[in-house]
Amino acid sequence: MSITYLEAIREAQAKALADDQRVFIYGQDVGAFGGAFKATKNLAQQFPGRVLDAPISEDAIIGAAIGAAIRGMRPIVEMQFADFSAPGFNQIVNQAATLFWRTQVPCPITIRLPSGGTSGAGPFHSQSLESLYAHFPGLIVMTPATVEDAYSMLLEAVAIDDPVIFCEHKRLYYHLKAPALPTEAMPVGKARIHRPGRDLTIVAYSAMLHDALAAAEELAGEGAEIEVVDLRTIKPLDTDTIMASVARTGRLLCVGESFPWGGVTAEVVARVATEGFALLDAPPQRLNAKDTPIPFHPKLWLGHRPTAESVCAAARHLLQM
Amino acid sequence: MNPLRLHPMLQTVERCGSHNVASSFPELYLKAFGLMLLSRVLDDKMAAFYRAGKIQGGVFLGRGQEALSVSTGLALRPGDIFAPLIRDGAGRLAFGEPVLDAVRTYLGSALGPMRGRDGNVHRGRPKEGMLAMISHLGAMIAVVNGALLAHRFQKLKGLVGAASIGDGGTSTGSFHEGLNQAAVERLPLVLVVANNQYAYSTPNQRQFACRDLADKAAGYGLSARHADGTDLEDCLRVVAAAVDDARAGGGPQMVVARLLRLCGHGEHDDAHYIDPQLKRSALGRDCLAVAQERLLREGWADANAIRALRLNAAREVDEAVATVQREPPPDPYTEDWCALSSRHLSEGHENPPFPPSHDTNH
Repeated sequence: MSITYLEAIREAQAKALADDQRVFIYGQDVGAFGGAFKATKNLAQQFPGRVLDAPISEDAIIGAAIGAAIRGMRPIVEMQFADFSAPGFNQIVNQAATLFWRTQVPCPITIRLPSGGTSGAGPFHSQSLESLYAHFPGLIVMTPATVEDAYSMLLEAVAIDDPVIFCEHKRLYYHLKAPALPTEAMPVGKARIHRPGRDLTIVAYSAMLHDALAAAEELAGEGAEIEVVDLRTIKPLDTDTIMASVARTGRLLCVGESFPWGGVTAEVVARVATEGFALLDAPPQRLNAKDTPIPFHPKLWLGHRPTAESVCAAARHLLQM
Repeated sequence: MNPLRLHPMLQTVERCGSHNVASSFPELYLKAFGLMLLSRVLDDKMAAFYRAGKIQGGVFLGRGQEALSVSTGLALRPGDIFAPLIRDGAGRLAFGEPVLDAVRTYLGSALGPMRGRDGNVHRGRPKEGMLAMISHLGAMIAVVNGALLAHRFQKLKGLVGAASIGDGGTSTGSFHEGLNQAAVERLPLVLVVANNQYAYSTPNQRQFACRDLADKAAGYGLSARHADGTDLEDCLRVVAAAVDDARAGGGPQMVVARLLRLCGHGEHDDAHYIDPQLKRSALGRDCLAVAQERLLREGWADANAIRALRLNAAREVDEAVATVQREPPPDPYTEDWCALSSRHLSEGHENPPFPPSHDTNH
């Protein structure tokens, strides 16, 4: 028996609904239909009245989740695609993210963002917005890269008293599998050394972890031992684990699927450069998608985002510096 | 379990009372007038402080909108939700907000509900049902909806939520989404629209093209009522009827009141753009003066009683100001700079990179 990343997300929501009467799910097509990706399949039938279809009103969906949280509920909101959180942006960054700091009333909402590119999805169904949300104080941003993390981190997200932006990668939904659901988990906010090595550190998160691992495997055949760090949450960012890894390897490549201006990879490089400059044997490098909207055609799309091949090339270049 | 029962705000609520508690209409009218007057006196004091340079940021008055606002506050009960907007001083007092909350927030006292982290009209006590508005108009409507959804999940019956909005706010996407959402879920939302003719400087004719803002309600399947925002009795009756209908399960309600903002958008604004003809029209009447004339004409209060109300209001405001002026401002040295309630997940507050400076805080 095995379980996919998507099934893990469904199972986590089922467990959250079963364990806590304060939990409900709100989003477009999440009810009887089970969600655009079936992440809420059968949950409306299993938990009558607690999985609500919403009108196409991202602003009002997030706003209502905030109001319900103020009155003691713990809503899970599904944005159909991360891209569609844009119309809900105001409620996320100005209402949810400021509520606790302004009023001392916590805002325990979980906002699920089906994120990242898939072949043929185009500019408006492919975006990775974690960097955008991480920029704002008052939000926690999770980017699970494994089936186990998708499950345990979503449960953590619901349990946390603050707004959590849960970036689940659509490309991992169906093909990423684990033998079973996890029974234990690492603490939120801790990065994981996914593959140890001593020559170069690749910091990655979400689907890019798998491209980084493939690159590390490829480079192992060339004699290079690559350490791969999975950030797991990008806010808070586990600077300690990154720094310890760079202290071992002396070389840093940070890989992200989002746009190149600023963002997670820039933040990681900035922290290592400012706090760990003496640890570095070569200039820290970063690899992102291109600075254009995300193209529709699979050939263009593969050239837009980092891939195992481009990660390999960047790592080879860095190893020679 | 009602969190209000444990809170001092409730005492004020009981002191003010819901309109259902008032034994007669004249008594209710007089109570409403007293709150309007208190709000006006408080506003005038804050405006004076602004002019004296004693307030950081803006001051936003409810002048001319007290009758409508107080009617909303009085129609609500403990346990209800209220999302006031910037000109709702009277409604806030009627719902039970202490005068101290307003003064502390305006003067930035560390002891106020916002502790210097937010100011002026951006104050509230969400746990007691008084939401703290953000500046983005229309955004509070869906938050009220969510609170009402929570009540449904929690099987709390007979509670309503009221949100205030202006003519300008009805143009936002949030307004549309919020109203549509309330209608789809058939929530007990009462949306009170104060059409004060100008959104900052923009007049109605540049704001919307429908004949009447109440026409918007039909688009969402809502019923709408009109009120004369300059007439306290009309406001009291219309808003109370809308709240009663929502409370009885009639779904969302909308009230559209016409009035004129008798001040600038904020005290920084001289409002030179307001059409003088509007000022001279029936819309330009001061609801507080109109209500006072009515009280005297009907014999519900005499001049001495009104003078006493005014003196009491001035005393209450002066006492609050005197109290707050002795209170400490927020201190950046002791401020914990932590935006999360899960402190262990907050970045950086445990190990500041530089030792805190003691000489730059003053």
